[in-house]
Amino acid sequence: MRYLAVDFGSTYTKVTAIDAGEAKILGTANAFTTIATDVMEGFNAARELLHAHMGGEFIYDKLLCCSSAAGGLAMVAVGLVPELTAKAAKMAAEGAGAKVLRTYSYELSAGEQDEIRAIRPDIVLLCGGTDGGNKEVILGNARLLAAIDRPFSIIAAGNKSASRELEEILRASGKRYVITKNVMPKFGVLDIQHAQNCIRDIFIERIIDAKGLSRVQAMTDRPIIPTPLAVLMGCELLSRGSKTTPGIGDFMAIDIGGATTDVYSMADGAPAQDNVLLKGLPEPYSKRTVEGDLGMRYSARFLLEAAGEENVAALAGVSPEEVTAWVEKCTANPETVAPENSTERRIDEALARSAIAVSVERHCGVMEKTFTAAGEMFILTGKDLTATGNVIGVGGVVKNSLKPRFILQGAMGTPQTMLRGAMMPERPGFMLDQRYIFSAMGLVSQVDPELALTIMKKEIQPLPEGTHGD
Amino acid sequence: MEKKTLVTGVIGADVHAVGNRILAMALEEAGFNVVNLGVMVSQEEFIDAAVETNADAIVVSSLYGHGEIDCQGLRQKCDEAGLKGIVLLAGGNLVVGKQDFAEVEKRYLAMGFTRAYPPGTTVETTIHDLRELLGG
Repeated sequence: MRYLAVDFGSTYTKVTAIDAGEAKILGTANAFTTIATDVMEGFNAARELLHAHMGGEFIYDKLLCCSSAAGGLAMVAVGLVPELTAKAAKMAAEGAGAKVLRTYSYELSAGEQDEIRAIRPDIVLLCGGTDGGNKEVILGNARLLAAIDRPFSIIAAGNKSASRELEEILRASGKRYVITKNVMPKFGVLDIQHAQNCIRDIFIERIIDAKGLSRVQAMTDRPIIPTPLAVLMGCELLSRGSKTTPGIGDFMAIDIGGATTDVYSMADGAPAQDNVLLKGLPEPYSKRTVEGDLGMRYSARFLLEAAGEENVAALAGVSPEEVTAWVEKCTANPETVAPENSTERRIDEALARSAIAVSVERHCGVMEKTFTAAGEMFILTGKDLTATGNVIGVGGVVKNSLKPRFILQGAMGTPQTMLRGAMMPERPGFMLDQRYIFSAMGLVSQVDPELALTIMKKEIQPLPEGTHGD
Repeated sequence: MEKKTLVTGVIGADVHAVGNRILAMALEEAGFNVVNLGVMVSQEEFIDAAVETNADAIVVSSLYGHGEIDCQGLRQKCDEAGLKGIVLLAGGNLVVGKQDFAEVEKRYLAMGFTRAYPPGTTVETTIHDLRELLGG
């Protein structure tokens, strides 16, 4: 059996040729995504390159595809209380592979309604209220969303007691909608799987067509899924293993792009110490967060703001003025590439390390120390990832750098982050997904998990200690 | 009759877990829908839970003597959060030392609590009062 896995990215269409018999990757190739005209052009160009690289045509038995092209799966999450159903909605959407453009809580204001109209999401996930809890807010928000003259789909996953009235409001809206189980049926209990299945179904049924991918879909019997979902599936398999083969255990994986940084953690996140009280929502074993303001090009300015130009300059060994100048250049021309062995390359590496530092800190839980009549106590909100075994750099910036270890070290806790209680990895090993195979292996895992796991264990290798950048 | 929803918990930096758990079980058995937040609960957590679950009452426990400081402003925050007129109960060892409870009660009612209870109050009293206040 031979598989061709294709990832239609926002910039590149990446193809991966896999041979099941030999359990190996025969080759990979990239070409520019041509979704604006005809997606097949980029796909065929990538295949041509693959054939040139392999020295002959690659005939596949099965085509497997994922896509983050044309803006990916753009979503808006709406909930009631920010730390409760609004957070649950965002977590559900990010775990389904979406890019959550905005998260709203309480009743939407007129301004927020306009904002949703302006940002044109593909799907709005509407939550609010535990089962039997608050109904008014989700119903009010359903009416406000129904009134927005944009063709987005609505998934309602809130208080079940509101479902009859929701049905009436949404049916009258003329929008594609689905009402599913509550993301938080009881206080503090998460049940996001149903909402996530609906997101996947709508992506397959509506969005593939809207993004110009229907010709590709017609070539395969497997549905095209969002790329981050494929990566998440690959990560989960590598961590937990298959039915017969063990995985590699807890890890975090980080993918830095031009516009966003994705962080994945595969760990239950239970506190590594005693005397800890857990607060806030329970978080899933396989968790994904996306930072829309942290990226190497389109959002470089925001990244610099979050990281601080002094800090980036110190990491790169240059002056803050040089950093600012480079970031301005990159923001103005996102295709800018830093020459090898240049000052600019050093700044890019410092920026990448900073993107990891900020995004990982946001992903990890927070431990607060407090004093009670019974002595010292700790309160943990979110995942404790201090004991994470490995941090894996996924493709792109990390792969192209001569100092991957230096960049990935951004994921480790520092004295400053510890003061803020951030539960970041303390002594992780570092690994590299050299050929960017996570999404391809996530796709393969749907049909042959054993094969995907074997290949990932072969391909994703530890970075030896003492390499450049230590 | 639909079940009435109560949010319970121990406020502030108070870690007394046992009494609160027994109270939650008794209230549940008495036919209430109980959202028990456990120990070391902040005012904001009580309010967030009450908003999301559309609670009919918040039942605050405090055992370590600092309840009076912890409870200040809870009513005002409830008003701000749209929980207008929600029933607020407080019970346990609400103040430091042995004070005249009539005085303590007066101060808690002035803070906006619907009822306040002295140490040793039986759970039956609380259940009786909740039924009366909520009409459940």
